[in-house]
Amino acid sequence: MKEVIHTPVPSVEEEEYHINMGPQHPSTHGVLRLVVSLQGEIVKSLKPHCGYIHRGMEKMCEKDTYPQIIHLTDRMDYLSAHINNHAVCLLVENALQIEVPERVKYIRTIMDELTRIQSHQLWWASFGMDLGGLTCFFYGLRDREKILDIWEETTGARFLQSYYTPGGLMWDIHPDFQKKTKEFLKYFRKKIRDYEKILSGNVIFRERSRNVGIMTKEEAVSYGVTGPSGRGSGFSCDVRKHHPYALYDKVDFKEILYQEGDTLARYMVRMDEMYESMHIIDQLIDNIPQGDFSAKMKAVIKLPAGEYYQRVETARGALGLYCISDGNKTPYRLKFRTPSFSNLSALDHISRGFKIADLVAIGGSLDLVIPDIDR
Amino acid sequence: MDPEKLKERVLTLAPEAELEENKQFLTFFIPAGKLHTTALRLKEEEDTAFDYLFCQSGSDMGKYLMVVYHLESTKLHHELVIKVKTEDRDNPAFDSVCDIWRTAEFHEREIFDLLGIRFNNHPDLRRIFLDENWVGHPLRKDYQDEVNIVEL
Amino acid sequence: MASNIYDNFVSAITQWIHNGLYHVLPPFWALMAELTIIGLVFLVFYALVGLFLVYAERKVCAFMQNRVGPNRVGPYGIFQTIADFIKLLMKELVTIKNSDKLLFNLAPFIVIIASFMAIAAIPFAKGLDAIDFDIGILYVIAVSSLGVVGVLLAGWSSNNKYSLIGAMRSGAQIISYELSVGLSLLTIIILAGTMQFSAIVQGQEYGWFIFRGHIPAMIAFVIFLIASTAETNRGPFDLAEAESELTAGFHTEYSGIKFAFFFLAEYMNMFIVASIAATVFLGGWMPFHVSGWTGFNQVMDYIPPSIWYIGKTGFIIFLMMLFKWTFPRLRIDQLLTLEWKYLLPINLFNILLMSFIVLMGWHF
Repeated sequence: MKEVIHTPVPSVEEEEYHINMGPQHPSTHGVLRLVVSLQGEIVKSLKPHCGYIHRGMEKMCEKDTYPQIIHLTDRMDYLSAHINNHAVCLLVENALQIEVPERVKYIRTIMDELTRIQSHQLWWASFGMDLGGLTCFFYGLRDREKILDIWEETTGARFLQSYYTPGGLMWDIHPDFQKKTKEFLKYFRKKIRDYEKILSGNVIFRERSRNVGIMTKEEAVSYGVTGPSGRGSGFSCDVRKHHPYALYDKVDFKEILYQEGDTLARYMVRMDEMYESMHIIDQLIDNIPQGDFSAKMKAVIKLPAGEYYQRVETARGALGLYCISDGNKTPYRLKFRTPSFSNLSALDHISRGFKIADLVAIGGSLDLVIPDIDR
Repeated sequence: MDPEKLKERVLTLAPEAELEENKQFLTFFIPAGKLHTTALRLKEEEDTAFDYLFCQSGSDMGKYLMVVYHLESTKLHHELVIKVKTEDRDNPAFDSVCDIWRTAEFHEREIFDLLGIRFNNHPDLRRIFLDENWVGHPLRKDYQDEVNIVEL
Repeated sequence: MASNIYDNFVSAITQWIHNGLYHVLPPFWALMAELTIIGLVFLVFYALVGLFLVYAERKVCAFMQNRVGPNRVGPYGIFQTIADFIKLLMKELVTIKNSDKLLFNLAPFIVIIASFMAIAAIPFAKGLDAIDFDIGILYVIAVSSLGVVGVLLAGWSSNNKYSLIGAMRSGAQIISYELSVGLSLLTIIILAGTMQFSAIVQGQEYGWFIFRGHIPAMIAFVIFLIASTAETNRGPFDLAEAESELTAGFHTEYSGIKFAFFFLAEYMNMFIVASIAATVFLGGWMPFHVSGWTGFNQVMDYIPPSIWYIGKTGFIIFLMMLFKWTFPRLRIDQLLTLEWKYLLPINLFNILLMSFIVLMGWHF
């Protein structure tokens, strides 16, 4: 039987008109269509239309084995590729009660934090560009290349690496890994001061982002906005602190919280997180213990029947994997609870009453990656 | 609140709930008719205060369709999972919890899109990922699609 | 009286042409021929400067962004702009349904004409200008205001929501900042005592106005820079063409040669305001003299006045490019707030200050 659902037509008041932003638009960071209802310059409401890059990942996962699923999760939030892989590996390891070697935990934590830094670098580059400071794009990407070079040496790929496997890593790190990472940290500590001078300290930027797109803590909790976007409103949701995994309970780092909930607060959270990530790597990089790079795993991984939920903190927020297994080598049902999906749901509410130019700033500060929304 | 006391509390709030044993979180099956009232009380009671819905998912379990709600309290730091199920595969419907947790708006649209489960009192229930005139609900186990799915 | 060894060079050439024409043709036709020659010279100059500025912008921008810029087309990429313009000339001129065809086609021409008329009054060396009104500054400000008509027409006749929003924003912006431009120039007119360009330049013989007028002149210079960057839709004030927000603003629907006109006019406007700043504040073609140091002044005189002029204009253009590539963009309400709540009161106060200083004779 055919079901045709009619899209409700939004009511059009006098002097209100609709503008379509996207799906191809320089500042929506991917294929997202926003139908914005405007009155003059003020945004009255907006409806996001997603699904342009829906690949049916959850359906695909029902036919893929667990090592194959790792490659799919790379492509979900491509800027937090390592962390997404980590989630699948932890899901399998916790379900099978496997203890990974210490060396693996150190390397995984360092790689995760490098992922977070490079994701924030790209976010900063495109945020500056959206607001008109076009030079920021080049500076951010130039520095990000250093991290991608480190990864290329160790894992063979700059971008979507699929380096973690259930039980450990695919192969051991390159001998130069520690040296290059330390060089990068030294280099980046100087460069990040430039970032602060160009954007954070600039009066034009501050005026564009202060008191724009305010989200209260209750709204953040209700909309499920996690990650730096939620922490900018005072919602303490860092999975690394509340449900630690890998080495996060053994390293010393702060959870960055700002209370104002505007675009500037969300911006500052990410800038401070870059410092914290560098601090974490500092504590770990010299102490990687010797050992195996992988625990012994069976050739075919089968999770015992039951339900499992694994949480990790990606650069965008809390990623959750909910797996229902019936004992086979493929999951019966695997649900990805992605951070950008919930962050997007708040966009309508927080941009009402602001101007179009502010909409670009708010969208940039929420740091949406569209494949993460659509899966 | 520790798990035993939480279990007692939930059973007082929702007497018809059935406990599921041996799960990662404290898990209850709630009858579909009582979903909205139970959810509202779980959020508003001071000693449970489940204000954060961190995952809402639907699955096709073969015999029945199920929606799973993973709840957490940001103040009291405890977690709970409630599930509802229905055996009606032609017209499955549950109450929407959008008015309790705003994040449910998008999640319920996704469940409707991919599994066909309707939610009563949802402000804007339409497909979110697939086209408006797509026929069928892909995440169901009996979904056939020769064009888009390649069976090996 | 500073006599410059280059003074007679230009007048020698113009006299020779003048005599030659009057010798050969009847007076009316000689006049027509002279006017045509001047017009052609200016057209060629306009086009060449425009081409050069586009190339310069790309190289300066690349330098600031840690990359190289165009370097393939010709040695160091100097033919890049010519290649770009040939490409633009060959593009299809897309006609829009339901647009007002006359206004749509007229708009780019109005913008070009406005900037063309303004450049006629600026002196490049002693005697090297097309017209020398005794109300020179007033003429230039009046004529460059015609540009806003072209912008509004372009946005309106495109029959496109985005263009309309862009044109409205742009129109509001230009009209507001014209005030600041005019008032800051007024400050210098008070110091100079005349509006004629050649007299203003001559008056800076013993020191440029920015130094002679010290505090109020410096304030006026800063305000003029900010306001003229906003007038020309450049730098942090370019929300009319904010690519990341509303595609290309008021010239979204233009393609090919008409787009090239808007593009060229923007760079020429930048050149014009830089020339005005250089002439009025920094002395135009007058070399850097310090009153009393005759030896130093004579050395400075050896550098040709045109080089001085180009150097000063180039410096101000470099500053404007620096603004554009460093700062994020202002929002429309912040832009208008800046003008009406900050720049305008400061300007008015500055005029009072300058008048007071001139009356008391407290300038150099």
